[in-house]
Amino acid sequence: MSRYRISEADKVYAAEFKRNLDAGDWFHSPGLQRVLNAMRGGPSAGKYVLVVDEPFRRWSLGKTPGKRGDPIEIVPGHRFHSLKEAEWEVFKLRWRQHTGETLSL
Amino acid sequence: MPKGAGQQREMRVRILAYADRLSARPGEAVEIKASCDGPVRYEAELVRIVQGDINPDGPGYREDAVDVDLGGPFEGRLQPIHTGSYGIVEDNEAFRDLSTFTAFAAIWPTMPGEGPQTIIARRDPHTGAGFELFLNDSGVLEFSVAASAAVASSVSTEVPLQAQRWYLVVATLSAPDGRMTVTQHRLPPHPLPAPVATMTREGWASAVPTDVAAPLTVAARPAADRPAERHFNGRLERPSLYASVLSLDGMIARLEVGSGSTGDDDLVAAWDFSIDISSHRMVDVSHRRLDGGLVNLPTRGVTGRHGNADAFCWRQTPERYAAIHFHDDDLYDAGWETDFALEIPNGLRSGLYAVRLHADDDEFYVPLAVLPPRDGPKAAAAFLLPTASYMAYANNRIALDVPETEIVIGRLLEHNKHNLFMQEHPELGLCFYDVHNDGSGVFYSSRLRPVVDMQPKIVGALGGTGSNLWQFNADTHILGWLEHCGERFDVITDEDLHREGLSLLENYRVVLTGSHPEYHSAAMLDALEAFVHRGGRFMYLGGNGFYWRISFHPTLPGVIECRKSEVGIRAFAPLPGEFFASFTGEYTGLWRRNGRPPNRLVGVGMVSQGFDVSAPYRRTQASRDARAAFIFEGVDDEIIGDFGLSGGGAAGLELDAVDHALGTPEHALVLASSERHTDVYLMTPEDILDPVPGLGGTEADIIRSDMVFFETPGGGAVFSTGSIAWAGSMAWNGYNNHVAAITANVLRRFIAPEPFSFPGATAE
Repeated sequence: MSRYRISEADKVYAAEFKRNLDAGDWFHSPGLQRVLNAMRGGPSAGKYVLVVDEPFRRWSLGKTPGKRGDPIEIVPGHRFHSLKEAEWEVFKLRWRQHTGETLSL
Repeated sequence: MPKGAGQQREMRVRILAYADRLSARPGEAVEIKASCDGPVRYEAELVRIVQGDINPDGPGYREDAVDVDLGGPFEGRLQPIHTGSYGIVEDNEAFRDLSTFTAFAAIWPTMPGEGPQTIIARRDPHTGAGFELFLNDSGVLEFSVAASAAVASSVSTEVPLQAQRWYLVVATLSAPDGRMTVTQHRLPPHPLPAPVATMTREGWASAVPTDVAAPLTVAARPAADRPAERHFNGRLERPSLYASVLSLDGMIARLEVGSGSTGDDDLVAAWDFSIDISSHRMVDVSHRRLDGGLVNLPTRGVTGRHGNADAFCWRQTPERYAAIHFHDDDLYDAGWETDFALEIPNGLRSGLYAVRLHADDDEFYVPLAVLPPRDGPKAAAAFLLPTASYMAYANNRIALDVPETEIVIGRLLEHNKHNLFMQEHPELGLCFYDVHNDGSGVFYSSRLRPVVDMQPKIVGALGGTGSNLWQFNADTHILGWLEHCGERFDVITDEDLHREGLSLLENYRVVLTGSHPEYHSAAMLDALEAFVHRGGRFMYLGGNGFYWRISFHPTLPGVIECRKSEVGIRAFAPLPGEFFASFTGEYTGLWRRNGRPPNRLVGVGMVSQGFDVSAPYRRTQASRDARAAFIFEGVDDEIIGDFGLSGGGAAGLELDAVDHALGTPEHALVLASSERHTDVYLMTPEDILDPVPGLGGTEADIIRSDMVFFETPGGGAVFSTGSIAWAGSMAWNGYNNHVAAITANVLRRFIAPEPFSFPGATAE
């Protein structure tokens, strides 16, 4: 679990993440990596995941239950046709979870 | 069914199956065991797996039908899986008419308060008659006695037991008045005094059961609709049964009694778990010898209440290992009935096959390696299917249970139909990447159950961007390339190698590995070393190979043990004093910590892992050495593998590098190295002696794949890629690329009979 608290000051890294996604660049700055670690870590319960609708083609958004045996829940209203699109959508959802604010760049 | 604001996806896997073995030779029979949750009939056919990747950007999925009639269609039926370990002693006259008795054990519960959990019972599940000492829903010790389900009495201690503390727990019943007591007594070694050291409560049985016909069970009780229920989670030591009511001091004294000195007149039976630790028996030390069996492989060779800092090995001080750790999610053998048997036809070429079971849109593949006839002709090359590593990862829950997985893959987790199914069906069993429900490590992994992720077409979690394949399906990139090459090859498996040793290999010129051959027994490693030292040629086409030491059970088929002692990348750490395998008594952990680093065999060893993107190699000056000319024939590029289906590069996922201190031969040529990985890649714990900043892929020089070649004194040679992602690059562009070309150059020279010259050797 990260102790780092994402704030307005991290908007520069949100912009970097969008640029990296568009460019297909997986080498992130330490600041962006810290933001991603905070977003991607944490407990399994309620974590966003992708549910494959058609392999390599279409995905929905899901949430893991955090308990063995319980089903993965589908989050309505989110369908993706590329992984890049899904990553950015989830980044924005998590930004709101962590900061309480809607991400605007 | 809606849940909260969201919905669930209906993605059932309706056919599951497994076989009694993973490999067979012509003329041998393989039994297929299937379960259908829905389909009333299914078909079955034998197919040869050529290439299992379904990525549209990959080389194309291919399986070839084999003209063998397996019979069918077959009737579909549901065969359940019952997890949970326990001990069982068949009914015996000594148990009958025990209207006055004391039953006790020492226990170390791990999940008190999480459902009823039996400690010791003798109870007819159909009538409810008998007795049971158990932890109730509140984690309170309770003793129940029943002449029937309708006439039952119970008494409890009222104070919940604490997790991970040792207790003596006792039930007594005395006829004819029916006085019953239940006692919990806190035992050392916990250094702090217990808030309530001893508590006894008494009650009265309204009727004392007589003439009950039932086995005696430990850590579960028999059930009417399944083998057992109310599984205990935790450690349990010396369950005992006496035909009298004993005092607390008397019981404590009897707990201390060693095996063979139990000449107590009232003793009915006492099971000493420090005896025969490698077995699945529970040995009674009374003169009656009422030995029992252990179901679903509870964990043995674990410290009991006498375990302390002086105890390190159960073979030397077995009395300190007198406990067994039971889990409600233990599973050894699903025990399904056989649906049909397949006899391997004579003349069937060696290869990787699968029995494909299907009904409508449902299908399940049961993989099967067909070996060449034992005394028949062999191909020059053998692909060693790393079935021990498949077992180690069987039904792994890395993407489901481990919160940090998204960080190490550097992107969102993708859950397909099979992941969703595994999430909802934990009864499929655990593997070395999981922990039990009580948080303790999983030491045993079996193949006698459906293994969902050991099939073609399966997409994994750790395979990097692109095809995202892992283990079994990733290895079909190599098999597909072999097919593409047109070189004849045989397929053999880890289990065959463990059983047959060098004799399995000695007729081959070349042995090729899979992409991630991580787990090896001592016998397997002995055979591979002997093969290489006698002139064999070895192509290590993977990463993080020869890392963990495993033990096959000496008598039980299809199960391995791995304790991951000391250090290494692992899901759990075994407790102090529990580093020795219960199956064999071998010291476990990394081969590197067993004095046999992989560098000695293949020149490289594990240095890092990361599962986002892979990198290319850059050739070194050593690649221009005349000794390596055959490897790069027709390849002029400086950069090798800047493409691929496993992270987009040939060096990735798990990386190996040379280390002369760990045994890389002095004359090994480092032909190429990867140069830059993301900071998702980190150094391994075994290389981090003093944690300092700079351990990630953009900074730490050690984080790289080294491609290595060296000759061996017997005219043999070794070629190592040191990367799991290598296979994914071989499959790029329909196998038409320089990674595939380099690998083919090596294979063809390694097949050629001319011996390699050992550098510096003097010709006579």
